[in-house]
Amino acid sequence: MPDQRDLFQRVPRSEFDVPGKAGGLLDVFRWHYLLRLLVRTGVTTRYRNSVLGWTWSYVRPAAQFLVFWIVLGLFLNLERGIPNYAVYLFAGIVVINLFSEGFKNATSSIVGNAPLVRKVYLPRQLFAVSAVIVAFVHFLPQVGLLLLVCLLLGWITNVTIFSILAIFAGAIIVMVFALGLGLLFGAMNVRYRDAENIVELLLLLATWASPVLYSWIMVKDAITELGWPSWLLEVYMLNPITQAVELFHFAFWSPVTETTLRSRRLWRSTRSGRS
Amino acid sequence: MTSQFAADLQPSIIVDDVYKTFTLNHAFSLKDTIVSWVRGRKLTSQFEALKGLDIVINEGESVAILGLNGSGKSTLLKLVSGVMQPDGGSVLTRGRVAGLIEVGAGFHPELSGRENVFLNAAILGMSRKEIEARYDEIVAFSGIEQFIDQEVKHYSSGMFMRLAFSVAIHVNLDILLVDEILSVGDAPFREKCRLKFQELIERRKTLVVVSHDMEMVRELCTRGIVINKGTVVYDGPVEGAVAQVEN
Repeated sequence: MPDQRDLFQRVPRSEFDVPGKAGGLLDVFRWHYLLRLLVRTGVTTRYRNSVLGWTWSYVRPAAQFLVFWIVLGLFLNLERGIPNYAVYLFAGIVVINLFSEGFKNATSSIVGNAPLVRKVYLPRQLFAVSAVIVAFVHFLPQVGLLLLVCLLLGWITNVTIFSILAIFAGAIIVMVFALGLGLLFGAMNVRYRDAENIVELLLLLATWASPVLYSWIMVKDAITELGWPSWLLEVYMLNPITQAVELFHFAFWSPVTETTLRSRRLWRSTRSGRS
Repeated sequence: MTSQFAADLQPSIIVDDVYKTFTLNHAFSLKDTIVSWVRGRKLTSQFEALKGLDIVINEGESVAILGLNGSGKSTLLKLVSGVMQPDGGSVLTRGRVAGLIEVGAGFHPELSGRENVFLNAAILGMSRKEIEARYDEIVAFSGIEQFIDQEVKHYSSGMFMRLAFSVAIHVNLDILLVDEILSVGDAPFREKCRLKFQELIERRKTLVVVSHDMEMVRELCTRGIVINKGTVVYDGPVEGAVAQVEN
């Protein structure tokens, strides 16, 4: 093969591509058609061959909601501290569900598509992105349900443009967070299947580490009472899920609780004035 | 090759001094790791699949990569398709690369044949317009028009492979990588595939075939490269390569 080297030199390298060179998340836009098909596949095949089908998207959060509402709201009397506790609770649960599903599915997306990842070159981040988008599609009916309840409670009278923006901001924060963590744990999952178990554990904590079941003011009070350093509260508030949950509370719970909130604020100011 | 002839040729794949090393694990759990560590056994070892491979494949050439199992043929194809990255050296390709590497890897059993055609073609890098333009051709080639709206999980394995193969072969491509999948389908379908390959060769597409089917290799390829233990041991006319492997 004496003339091969020769050819080598003559052809400019700029005409060539390096196979498998990744373009990061920009590749997602270049492969947008495949992304759309992956999302469609994820959504349509989710409940194939099940009698209740999409109803399952409602049953699970509904059961979760009922358990928490009965145990925490009624038995443990959280309802007295937080007016409209049911709405407060559901707004938070919806956010946590979006996060859980997006994070969990994105983590298993690479391993779940192993035959493809091993045989065909395509940007692997597509799988994680599509998993998060599928989670978002399943989140929509839950938000619809929440909105319906809020409308019945007079949400529309106190709603502002900021409430609407808060819904989008909250959803975007949670999805970006789930995607980021999902990409990280999805990659670790390829080598160490422990990642899936770690994710399960983190999701268990996520429900309790954000103000879904209680209000963040309780955390603040607890930290002062226990004499713990105040930066703990900062850390707690830095959790993106906490922020997203609070945005949802602002969007859904605050408008329906406007009047009760006002009296509560009055009550809190008298109490802090006393101490 | 005269220099005047060589001037017409344009490389479409350059494999320049490529190394690929795999790490073999000997310990599969924390317990294994600790036991091996205490006994002073090695936890991992290195396996060199490719050791300084130099190959230039020109546009319009059809090349067979031959060699025994484990000689590094499939690793080479995976490097060219981009599924893996070389540890040393560089792999360069010109134009669109498509792999007939594992047909049907992207098929979803719950979707219909029609939906799977679109999904799989998109996985292989086709745009929506391209797929729509070629859809009828793809289905006609597979010969299962009648069942195209059925879910793929009800397909027989032959139907499944035919549809998958048909999608893969209709991708717009400049370089086609074929890895040991020509045993697809019955005799008439194989004949159809052979004609399709011949058509691709006539259209000056670059073909790289990995196969143990010497009969087919002889028919399709003009050049053969024999790889043994990660190095090129023969590069030249296909007859010579086949003779080398058969000895």
